[in-house]
Amino acid sequence: MAGQRARGKSLVIAAVGWVVAIWIFFPIFWMFLTSFKGEAGAIATPPRLFFVPTLESYHEVFQRGNYWRVTFNTLGVSIGATVVALLFSIPAAYAMAFLPGKRTRGTLLWMLSTRMLPPVGVLVPIYLIARNTHLLDTVTGLALVDMFTNLPITVWMLYTFFREIPVPILEAGRMDGASRWQEITRVLLPLATPGIASTALLSMILCWNEAFWSLNLTSSNAAPLAAFIASFSSPEGLFFGKLSAASTLAVAPILVFGWISQKQLVRGLTFGAVK
Amino acid sequence: MSAVTTASQHHRKAAIGAGASGALMLAPAVFVLLVWSVVPLVLTLWYSFQNYNLVDPTLHGFAGVNNYWYLLSDPDFLQSLLNTAILVIGVLVISVGGGTLLAVLYDQEFVGRGVARVLVISPFFVMPTVSALLWKNLMLHPIYGVYSWMMRAVGLTPIDWLQRFPMLTVMMIVAWEWLPFAVLILLTAVQSLDAEQKEAALLDGAGPVARFFHIVLPHLSRAIAVVVMIETIYLLTIFAEIMVTTAGGPGVASTNLAYLIYSRALLQFDVGGASAGGVIAIVIANIAAAFLVRAVARHLEV
Repeated sequence: MAGQRARGKSLVIAAVGWVVAIWIFFPIFWMFLTSFKGEAGAIATPPRLFFVPTLESYHEVFQRGNYWRVTFNTLGVSIGATVVALLFSIPAAYAMAFLPGKRTRGTLLWMLSTRMLPPVGVLVPIYLIARNTHLLDTVTGLALVDMFTNLPITVWMLYTFFREIPVPILEAGRMDGASRWQEITRVLLPLATPGIASTALLSMILCWNEAFWSLNLTSSNAAPLAAFIASFSSPEGLFFGKLSAASTLAVAPILVFGWISQKQLVRGLTFGAVK
Repeated sequence: MSAVTTASQHHRKAAIGAGASGALMLAPAVFVLLVWSVVPLVLTLWYSFQNYNLVDPTLHGFAGVNNYWYLLSDPDFLQSLLNTAILVIGVLVISVGGGTLLAVLYDQEFVGRGVARVLVISPFFVMPTVSALLWKNLMLHPIYGVYSWMMRAVGLTPIDWLQRFPMLTVMMIVAWEWLPFAVLILLTAVQSLDAEQKEAALLDGAGPVARFFHIVLPHLSRAIAVVVMIETIYLLTIFAEIMVTTAGGPGVASTNLAYLIYSRALLQFDVGGASAGGVIAIVIANIAAAFLVRAVARHLEV
């Protein structure tokens, strides 16, 4: 009797869990499906769940001359911003984790507080500076801005990873006469590789999906995927097939990365407060 | 716990030896962040007191508080403040409330739980322009959208959601993006709750409701504070979703502060007016941050 009730209860939980999950995921699933329908199938009523798949929409997206350019822009911005952010934040996180001083806590909280600056509050000066330095609508300009906005996150995340490395291991290196440079490159970096990889991944994801600066600082030349998709807003929005194909291509890699690295992302996104 | 941390910190310091090299390694990151956060701030403040329009070079010089006065007396501005508040509060309520419930739900064992969890957190990884257009076209389009088809299927007349209820619809789209974030964070936090603690409460005869309020919710408080802080930062300046769905309209019905500043700056080229709006946005963000950071900073392991 009690066992039956428990089984009934767990069935209800499973049912609710699955219905909610499918409902939330449905738009993504539908986008994926629509990308294989072709334009006519995409707007058929009633909507089709079963159909003969076609790559027509993907072919059309690839044929638009700027698709590849946009993808390379996105890769350039994401990789460039991430590499530079790591170059700045690895030494900073090392200093705060292994050579903490009186001001370390204050510095970390100040870095967090720079994230509070709303991007739109500084839209005007950043736009004008970019224009006057010829960085407007360039991959370099957008990568720089993304690097600045992500720097507090990468410093924090690396700091929480570095703090988990036992000091005696670093000390052992010192005893053997390693300089600080050798200590960092030969001892710390190999030990911290998983943490650095997670940090780089989070930075890549944030840059890849960043929309505000992408829409405001780029146009035809340096537009990344986030801005490219916005160009489907009108009047091309009614080409559901192409919109879905382009969106699937833009979203798929990040979805996969996100699924793989959920745990590490939680730590980075919450500044180490939730693990 | 904190005593241990402090001890190990002292140990670290003594063992490796702090000094000028620490400051030297910290300096580049601090310097670029300082430049990044101070220079644009000062410029925004400066422009906000200037007559400055990119397409009207005859207009220049000190404007006093005219830009602010003009903005504050503009009914569009009040509407945008209201819309900003609706967006932030609405999405926070949906994502934190729903996120807490879903975190508890997906903490239960059931068949395929791992896959269901992955599906639920997925929208958070979808870029804002894609989310917005997915909803605008594939889901809510009054003729071809799936939701419209479903409404017709049950005999209702489909609604042009973005025209009829622009702010509510934008809010739902943004909530779809941020609810998964709350679930991701809160689920991680729920799972760190000690199984023994839960079992002990069960043995004490605490019902599910009592267990939720007396054990789960207090345990989640810090994670909830973090979610509120991070979401508030982003929600205060939602932009892309509005730009690609409604362009702030109809009229200014779905214009929030971020979109208003954008349209002043890059559609009307009014640098002075947009900067005054920017200063106000920064002040609002700082007021929110002052409360939020204080609430959260206690929980950060520094």
